[in-house]
Amino acid sequence: MLSAPLVISASFAYLLALFAIAWWADRRAQAGRSVIGNAWVYALSLAVYCSAWTYFGSVGRAAGSGVWFLPIYLGPMLAMILAWLVVRKMIRIARAYRITSIADFIASRYGKSPSLAGLVTLITVVGIVPYMALQLKGIASAYAVMTSPLGAIRTQAGPWWADSTLYFALALAGFTIVFGARHLDTTERHEGMVAAIAFESLVKLLAFLAVGLFVTYGLFGGLGDLFGRARGDDSIGRLLQFGQGQPFAYSQWAGLTLLAMLSVIFLPRQFQVMVVENVHESHLRRAVWVFPLYLLLINLFVLPIAIGGLLHFGPGQMNAEMFVLSLPLAQGWHALALFAFVGGLSAATGMVIVEAIAVSTMVCNDLVMPWLLRTKRFGARSAADLTGLLLGIRRLAILVILLLGYLYFHLAGEAYALVSIGLISFAAVAQFAPALLGGMYWKGGTRHGAMAGLLAGFLCWAYTLMLPSLAKSGWLDDGFLRDGLFGIFWLRPEALLGLGALDNLTHSLFWSLLLNIGAYVGVSLWRLPTAAEASQALLFVDVDRRSDARQPVFWQGRAQAPALQALLARFLGVERAQRLIDGYAQEQTGGTVQALVADARLVQFVETQLAGAIGSASARVMVASTVEEEALDLQDVMRILDEASQLRAYSHALEEKSVSLERATAELRQANEQLTSLDRLKDDFMSSVTHELRTPLTSIRAMAELIRDEPDMPAEQRQQFLGIVVVEAERLSRLVNQVLDMAKIEAGHAEWHNTAVDMRALLEQAAGSLAELMRERGITLSLELPEQVAPLQADADRITQVVLNLLSNAAKYAPQDGGRVRLSLQESPDGVKVQVQDNGPGVPLEQRERVFEKFRQVSGDDHYRPGGTGLGLPISRQIVERFGGRLWLEPAPGGGACFAFFLPFGAPDPAGSPS
Amino acid sequence: MHDVLVTQRLVALFGVAVALLNFPLLALWDHDVLWLGLPLFPAALFAIWALLIGLLAWAVERPAAGVAGPH
Repeated sequence: MLSAPLVISASFAYLLALFAIAWWADRRAQAGRSVIGNAWVYALSLAVYCSAWTYFGSVGRAAGSGVWFLPIYLGPMLAMILAWLVVRKMIRIARAYRITSIADFIASRYGKSPSLAGLVTLITVVGIVPYMALQLKGIASAYAVMTSPLGAIRTQAGPWWADSTLYFALALAGFTIVFGARHLDTTERHEGMVAAIAFESLVKLLAFLAVGLFVTYGLFGGLGDLFGRARGDDSIGRLLQFGQGQPFAYSQWAGLTLLAMLSVIFLPRQFQVMVVENVHESHLRRAVWVFPLYLLLINLFVLPIAIGGLLHFGPGQMNAEMFVLSLPLAQGWHALALFAFVGGLSAATGMVIVEAIAVSTMVCNDLVMPWLLRTKRFGARSAADLTGLLLGIRRLAILVILLLGYLYFHLAGEAYALVSIGLISFAAVAQFAPALLGGMYWKGGTRHGAMAGLLAGFLCWAYTLMLPSLAKSGWLDDGFLRDGLFGIFWLRPEALLGLGALDNLTHSLFWSLLLNIGAYVGVSLWRLPTAAEASQALLFVDVDRRSDARQPVFWQGRAQAPALQALLARFLGVERAQRLIDGYAQEQTGGTVQALVADARLVQFVETQLAGAIGSASARVMVASTVEEEALDLQDVMRILDEASQLRAYSHALEEKSVSLERATAELRQANEQLTSLDRLKDDFMSSVTHELRTPLTSIRAMAELIRDEPDMPAEQRQQFLGIVVVEAERLSRLVNQVLDMAKIEAGHAEWHNTAVDMRALLEQAAGSLAELMRERGITLSLELPEQVAPLQADADRITQVVLNLLSNAAKYAPQDGGRVRLSLQESPDGVKVQVQDNGPGVPLEQRERVFEKFRQVSGDDHYRPGGTGLGLPISRQIVERFGGRLWLEPAPGGGACFAFFLPFGAPDPAGSPS
Repeated sequence: MHDVLVTQRLVALFGVAVALLNFPLLALWDHDVLWLGLPLFPAALFAIWALLIGLLAWAVERPAAGVAGPH
């Protein structure tokens, strides 16, 4: 045993550490560097599911019935598989409409009904207070085990004010108030609290694992040894078997799994951390698998600890729920026992803190506020500032809930085993499932349906589970358990209508959910939804389909912006209200508050903000009393929806138009760039042409001046000069012709006379006309022509022009005396290929394409030959391409240049006229 | 497109989980033997659990790679 002061001071030190963490996280949040904006922290905060009930109760259950503690954790596994679909939708809905509690969620869905919100809150309080008591009981028992001699059961003695559990409950209330209800926030988010809860989750996991490792490897020689010894003992070994000597209770197994699956989403604390405190929905993506992993880890050693305890102490000797503490204590590992105690403490405090915050929000918004707002003093007509009052109510609610829990623990604490209280609470919150899930996916559910379902389920739960448990602890006469209510046998609470095949929990769950769903669906189908129900149904069910800006607003009437702002100020404070309205004005009109039109959207904005602070039902009442509303009927709702979807279609069309406009702009820009570059090309061309023209002109002019200025020039010199003048003039006229030719071809004005051309004859003719020139220069021209080629459609003069150009180029570059030029023709199925090869210097690789550019003779090297115009090859290429062919420079096998062109048989008509 | 695929995978996985953890497949582990030194039934439950967590993590965390079509 440890001394009481040590355990108490350790507990308070731990609470102080929590305090420090929460304070630090709040400070960080204010500085804009949130610590909880992280998927891991979010996942850890979900582990608030593991309360003292898990920490202590699971071992107790395992020691009594083997693996039957597991369905409570396999249920969440199943729920998390679908959470990415279901919980994500809940998060979106809650965010869009500022929903801050499960009561608000249900009430808001069914037309913002205050009575529905009140009913859900009542069910929650009735169902949850025993569960809070359970946590206090867990801590009290743990404290007793820590501070009593081993095995001695200490009885509670002394006056009530000496009970340490009371002070512990008060301390927890203080902590919860500081971090849960310090200031008003329309999103009900508590950064510091979430950070502290995530930390608590880590502590309880580590502590439980530490004890597990200690028992398995310290006390025993590993898992094999532990289970081997367990099998040696009949009563303990049976726990590890499948049926444990009886038929396996499948229905109970499935019932427990279903119960846990629903609770992990609908318990107020789970809804709080999972939906309300969610920072970003993407965090859910990681949490859906990390949270089940956490549950797996914390359950890994439950069975070893339970079996170890049973083997160590002997069955029935010690309270199995406290094995986590008593095993280390029995071995004298006091530090480990203290750590395990702190782990249990964190499991209990985490649950109590979050649950108290969630329930206090509900109590304040859904029970107290609707009643207060109906009174004269605080009602719609009054102008009193209610921010302080709101906070006061919440703080008081937290204190009252914890004291109620304590009271319940004090009165009933010894009556139940830990596990059964937990399951009774689970079954109570499971009643929210039909109305909530149905409301998210079915538009036909109505307020009366939800109300009937909840009432039927709740009453059935109370009759078949809650009352029997009270009777079993001796507070009620248990005669009705055996004989039925009023002695009617088939009304026995644990075997309604004689249905006795199920255990009491599954029995209750089955009947309550059956009646719940039956009443919900049945009553909903009784009549059409009202306008308010239908509009909320549309907003909830289709939340995924609309972005914020395109949500239809189901409101019509007249409002005044100042009145709305004043209303906000009453509940949120003047400064906050001003900031919110300014922000809204900025977003909507980009301007000032004065320009703001008090339209339906503004009314909706104010109502949503208000809903965050006082719940949607109260917000609806307050707004309705501030503005002049026109009642909507179902047709109005349909009309508004229609308009919204038309607007959506319109904006979609607008979007498309702007996209096509953008595309057109891009095309225009491209065309403009092309034009600019063409313009530049033209300028370049002009300057080149001018340059080429000037060269022969200059020499003609120089010669002519010489002849004019020297009348007594010798005749032969004059003759020589005149010869130059003639040659240059010829070059000039050739150039002018070619330029004109080029321009014509490029502009598409050239004339083409297509006839059937025999290439063989054409080549022979061309070779013949240049044969004389070649021979003069000492160049041998060889022809390689097939016997016959098929005729092709082309302009014979143009093709001759190309061949002559290529041949004269070859003659120009082939060496004088010993030069060789080869002209060859090959026929293929597609067309003919003509090659002209010389044995001159050839064209360097990097110049291969440049020779086809205008005025681009291969200049600047030794092989430059004057006399060319630089237009021959470009023109030739244009001509060949006109007939659908290609002209290119081939690598020549024996050096020199080898030009080739290809003409297809099926050439397009270059004239463009239909052939 | 990817979202639709993930949704279908999750619903399918839910079906697998329900089937594995209920009647009659649970009875597969109705043997009083040790498996690697562990009692078969609890070990099988934990193994199924771990498998489900692995599959779930794969289904939700996998990036959209390999999925055809634009969003």
